[in-house]
Parts: sequence; C-alpha cells; structure tokens
Amino acid sequence: MTTTTARAAVGAPGRRAPSGEKPLVTFEQANRRLKWALLAPALGFVGLMIVFPLVFTINLSLTDAFGAVNAGNSYLGLQNFADALTDTRRFWPAVGRTVTFTLGAVALETVLGLALAMLMRKAFRGMEIVRTILMVPLLATPVAIGILWMLILDPTNGIANHLLGFVGIPPQEFLGSVAQSLPTLMLIDVWQWTPMMTVLLLAGLTTLPEEPEEAARVDGANAWQRFVHVILPMLRTTILTALVLRGVDALKTFDLIYATKGPGGGSDFEAETLNVYAYGLTFDYQEYGLASAVLVLFTLFIVAIVVVLRRRTERSAS
Amino acid sequence: MTLPTSRRRAGELSRRSFGVLAAASVLAACTRGPQTASPNAPLRVLAINHVWTQAISTYLPELEERIGRRVSLRMLTADQLTSSFNVKLNASATDIDVMTVRPLQDQLMFARNGWIADLTDRVEGDAGYRWTDFQEAPRERSVVGGAAVSVPVVTERPALYYRRDLLEDFGGAPGTLDEMLDIALELERRSEGFFGYVGRGQRNGAVSQWSSFLYSFGGDFTHDGRSGIGTPEAVAAYEYYGRLLHEAGPPGVTNMSLEQAMPIFAQGKAAMYVDADAIYSNFLDETISTVADTVGFAPFPAGPAGSVPHNIPSWSLAINEFSLLRDDAWEFLRWASSPEMVARLQAEGIPGARQSVWDDAATLASFPAELAETMRINAANGIGHDRPDVMQVGRARDIVGRPLVSGILGEDVAAVAADADAEFNDFLVRDNRQREF
Repeated sequence: MTTTTARAAVGAPGRRAPSGEKPLVTFEQANRRLKWALLAPALGFVGLMIVFPLVFTINLSLTDAFGAVNAGNSYLGLQNFADALTDTRRFWPAVGRTVTFTLGAVALETVLGLALAMLMRKAFRGMEIVRTILMVPLLATPVAIGILWMLILDPTNGIANHLLGFVGIPPQEFLGSVAQSLPTLMLIDVWQWTPMMTVLLLAGLTTLPEEPEEAARVDGANAWQRFVHVILPMLRTTILTALVLRGVDALKTFDLIYATKGPGGGSDFEAETLNVYAYGLTFDYQEYGLASAVLVLFTLFIVAIVVVLRRRTERSAS
Repeated sequence: MTLPTSRRRAGELSRRSFGVLAAASVLAACTRGPQTASPNAPLRVLAINHVWTQAISTYLPELEERIGRRVSLRMLTADQLTSSFNVKLNASATDIDVMTVRPLQDQLMFARNGWIADLTDRVEGDAGYRWTDFQEAPRERSVVGGAAVSVPVVTERPALYYRRDLLEDFGGAPGTLDEMLDIALELERRSEGFFGYVGRGQRNGAVSQWSSFLYSFGGDFTHDGRSGIGTPEAVAAYEYYGRLLHEAGPPGVTNMSLEQAMPIFAQGKAAMYVDADAIYSNFLDETISTVADTVGFAPFPAGPAGSVPHNIPSWSLAINEFSLLRDDAWEFLRWASSPEMVARLQAEGIPGARQSVWDDAATLASFPAELAETMRINAANGIGHDRPDVMQVGRARDIVGRPLVSGILGEDVAAVAADADAEFNDFLVRDNRQREF
C-alpha cells in the first residue's frame, strides 16, 4: 500500500499544513477515516436495530418488569431465568414441542425436498409448470395458510373429513384435538416449506460434477447405490446449509400456530412452542421480565444450534 | 490532531468543543419538550372491529363539523387492538387519542400503567352528559380506584339461541339447565354431524360464557378475595358444562371460540347455542345463516341458584393519557355516548348502557320481540362481570379454564378443579400485590 506524503487528497477531511511542514493527514489516514465515515450509517443502523433491542431485552430479563416496561422496575438478578428453567408446566413442555416441531417438520421437508429435487434434476416436459405449482405454497403468508387449513380441516364443516369418509376413515378432529394438533401443524409446515428445500437442494444438485456418477454407473452401481454413495456425500454441504436455513426458520414458527390455535397454542397448551409462550407472556400476561428471559434463553438455544451445524458444515466442506 | 490553541483564531471551535456541541444538539433534538398538536392533526381513534364502530363511523361527519377537526378511525380485532395498545402506550405514543377498551379485560392494567386518562371531572362535571343515567353495573366497571377512566358504549348478556322447529316437541326453549341437557342429549346425532348443543370450548375463550353457568349453579370466580373455583358449586358447573359439550357437542370443541362455534349453529348443525346477545344478527342474515326462519331466543336457563347470567359492558371508550388532543377526545366520548347517540345506535340493534334508552320501548323495536324480552330479563338478573376481576385477566382465565377443558375431554373434573383452585389462590395473592398502585 502506498503511503503518500503529498497533501491530503481524495476527499480527506484534514486541513492543509503550512508549506514545508509534514502533512496533517496522510492519504492512508484519510482513506481509513473515509472508510469509517462511509460505514457509519450501516453500522449505526445495525447497532440501532439489532444491538439495542438485544441489550434492552437482556436488561429487561433481569428485572421484574410487569404491566408497562417503563414503570419503575427493580432488578431481580437471574431470578426470571431460574423461574423459567424450573417451570415444568409451561416452559419445558414448550421447549419439547419446539424441538419436536422443528425436527419432525424439517426432517420430512428434507427427505421430500430431496426426492422432488432428484425428480426434477433432469429436464422433462411440463417441468416449468410443475415448478410453478410447487412454488405456490411459498408465496402465501402463513396466516392465510393457517386459515385455509383451518377451513379444510374443520372437524364439522371441513372437506378433509368428507374426503376421508370416501375411503372409510372415521372423522378426525385434526387441529381441534389435543393429540393431533402438533402433528397436523407439522404437516402444514411440510406442505408449505418443502418447495423451499427442493429449490435449495436442486441448486446444489445442478452444480455437482457428472463424472463421478458416470464412473459409478460404468462400474455397475445401480441408481440407489449412486444416490447413497456418490450424490449424497457430494451434496452434504448443501444439505447442511439448507438444514440450517430451514431449521432456524422452523424453530421460530409463530404465525401459523397462533392463527390456527390461538393464544397459548390451544386449550391444553398442546401446540405452545417457545415463541408462542413468550408472546403470551408479553401480550396476554404483560410479564415483560419473564418473557424477556424466555426470549434470551430461546436466542441462546438457536445460536447454539447454528454454531453446531455451522461447525459440521465447515468440517464437511473441508 | 488539534491545532495549538495559540494558532486558533478567535471564535474557532476546537474538535472537542465541536464534538460536545454536536452531541448536545443531537440530545436536545431527541429530548421531548412540551408538545402540542398541529391544528391540522386528525383526532385518531383506534377501535375494535365491531358493529358499534361500523355504525358510529357513519355519523363521524357530524362530530368533525362540531370540533373542526378530521377524525381518523382505525379498526382492529380484539387481540390486535390489545397488542397495539401494549406496544404503542409502552412507548408513550401520542398518535392515539381515543381508545376502545374492554373494561373487564384490559382496563385495570391500563389504569395501573397510567395509560388512560382520569375522566372523573368531565363525566361528573357535565350535567348535560347525565353520568348517572348509565346502568349501575357498567358505570361501576368504569371506575378504577375511585376515578372514572372510561365510558361504556356496548353492553352484552348471554342469550340462548335455539331451533324453534326442533324444540317445539319439548314445549319450546328449556327453562332450566337440567332441561337443556336432557334436550341436547335427546336431539344429538353426532354420528350424522348434528349436535344437541354447541358453545365455546377454548380454555381461555370459553370462560366468559361459562360464567353464567357458574353463577346459576351458585358459584363465583372468587369469594372474599380467595379462589371460588374449587367450591362444590363451581365443580358442579364445570361438570355440567363439560358433559354438555362432551356428550352433545361437536368434535374439536376445545379449539372453538366464538368464530368457530357460531357457524355451526348458523349452518343448522346444532339445536342450541349460548353466546353473546350482540351476535344475533348473524343468525338472521340469510346469506350466512340457514336458520334465519327457525332461530328462537330465550333467557339464560335457570340452574340450582336460578337464572343468573352476566350483564357486562363489553366495550368502553377511554382517552390516551399521552394524547395531545384530550379536549377533542372528550368531545368524541361525549358525543358517542350521549343519550341521543346511544338511543340512535340501540334503535339500529346495538345495545348500549344508558337506562333511559332501555326504558324507551322505541329503541328496542329493531330487535326481534323475543330477543328484546330476553335481553330485558337477562339484564334484570345479570351480574356485572363475566371473568375474574383481577389485574392479569389473561393468566386468570387460563387457570380458571383448565377444569373446563378437562370436563369437555371427559376427564376427572374434581381433581383438576382442586389443582386449579390452589394455583388460582397463589395467583390471587400475587395479583392483589400488583393491584396496590
């Protein structure tokens, strides 16, 4: 890098030194300052929109904030965290449901997404139409999808039970049932998000070299063997990346559950995930301190998962 | 790098001074000084999406002419409305002037937070407003800690909606809860998709309608500040309601609130339904109802303690404490809850809270005669609350509603009620502490 001793230029904010004296601002200094000046708006925005809410939430989680966040709160230390972590009636069941929902939905989406991506890997007639149809669920908002499925699955007036009746299956309660609610929500999530997994995995598949698969074919490997021993290992990084993206998104699912099950995730809290629980603590109970503690724990939970998956991705890539 | 002071011209600022000045300017810009509303600022009303709001919106030009200011009315659902208030008023927002609040759900918490203005001087000091004309129960519900903080605009009682054609053989609408259960069990054909009774079954959402069953069995949510949901009367009410829906109700009822239960009756798939009298028009509208010609209306059936329904102010008007247009906001309240406006709206089928209007038979002419009589009887017998009278109503409803769900699922109600009773007592101790504000 050149360090010019010429007078400050390139928009350098320094002032001119008297003739013969060392310049007040070198080019490098000016460049360095300019860099920060240009970055400042973006950094300020990030600081304001991400760091401030995070710090505010952490601060709130250490208080007994109730009713209004700005009403003279007292510091409780880690009491809210202790309350949350010892709550076996709402918190831990919500953790369990969050994990179950995420693992179940994302696993199914990955398997189905991979299957669809393999089917669409080679061009076929009408492929564009099929791809467009597959994208439709992705375009709708989760609340609209929730209402749509509520109408379809309504135990009394919905079309689902009507159709099941044709094949001799007795009427089901679906979202109205304590036992069936979470599996039903997982299936709705699978219906909506499998196309996204398909798109991500298809993008990965199209970048794979064809030679290894051709070599395996010449060596006599059948389609399944080629898929398991050639394609899957090469696609591993893409799959892990897709898992991180979809997994984090599934962990945060809120709108679909709230639209179909209402506050608390249903009458027996049967679909109450951590997000729904934190929302209820905030807007139904106005317990801002405890709600913030739950959200901080939830954030740590997500960060831990992302770190683990990222390490695996990096290891697999190397 | 700073120039030596000796080389700085007079009046030139050092970098540090400049920095301090800039920081001070930013702080000064951010600091909120005394604020006043712009003369062109509209009066902003954030209200519930309800027939009352839709009706009042058609008369807004009258008020706009009177106060010389545009009125901006925005409607949200109840949940969205509460969330909006929580977010905006936590930030002391001035962009709401008039609010619709649920006196039995949000008002106590809002008053504790200092979010709604004290209206005592305005309602009591204005002879033309006739504050004492409001029915006693709704008026008392508008007062928190001796201060009037809202004015009631919509009142609500339960009504028994029934199919006249189906209940004709039973001598018409049931007069008692026992008769209602017998008829429901007699008429249900669950395997064919027809139900003897439909009602709310959600843990939280069902509590308000269940309250009339509780009172009619002789119970209440609290007794002398202690939980009342473990008493034999409350357990009997839980068991009754649970059996009614478990044996005669539709599948998936524990996921049903008003929005899910009402269509089942409107589609002709249930013989009886107890819910708010304010929703009657949904059954008379032939575009969404198949029972417009056969629906009947009856007072709440009597239990062991008689017919004791709730009679509550479901929606009231309040003024945002942070509003910059409080005088105009009060003009809105005064106009929207005036005897003339309440009479006008009640004549359109929206029950208000003024006794003088209820005494005027002409205002009830728009209601079906049977419903008007039902409302009159229920109002006379009614109790002024339909949920626990506590600060954290949402949490209280979740606790109180747990045995309800157990009953509907056919589980052991008594054991769950005992557990919920203990939890509710603990809750009441904490809640009472919060009420000392």
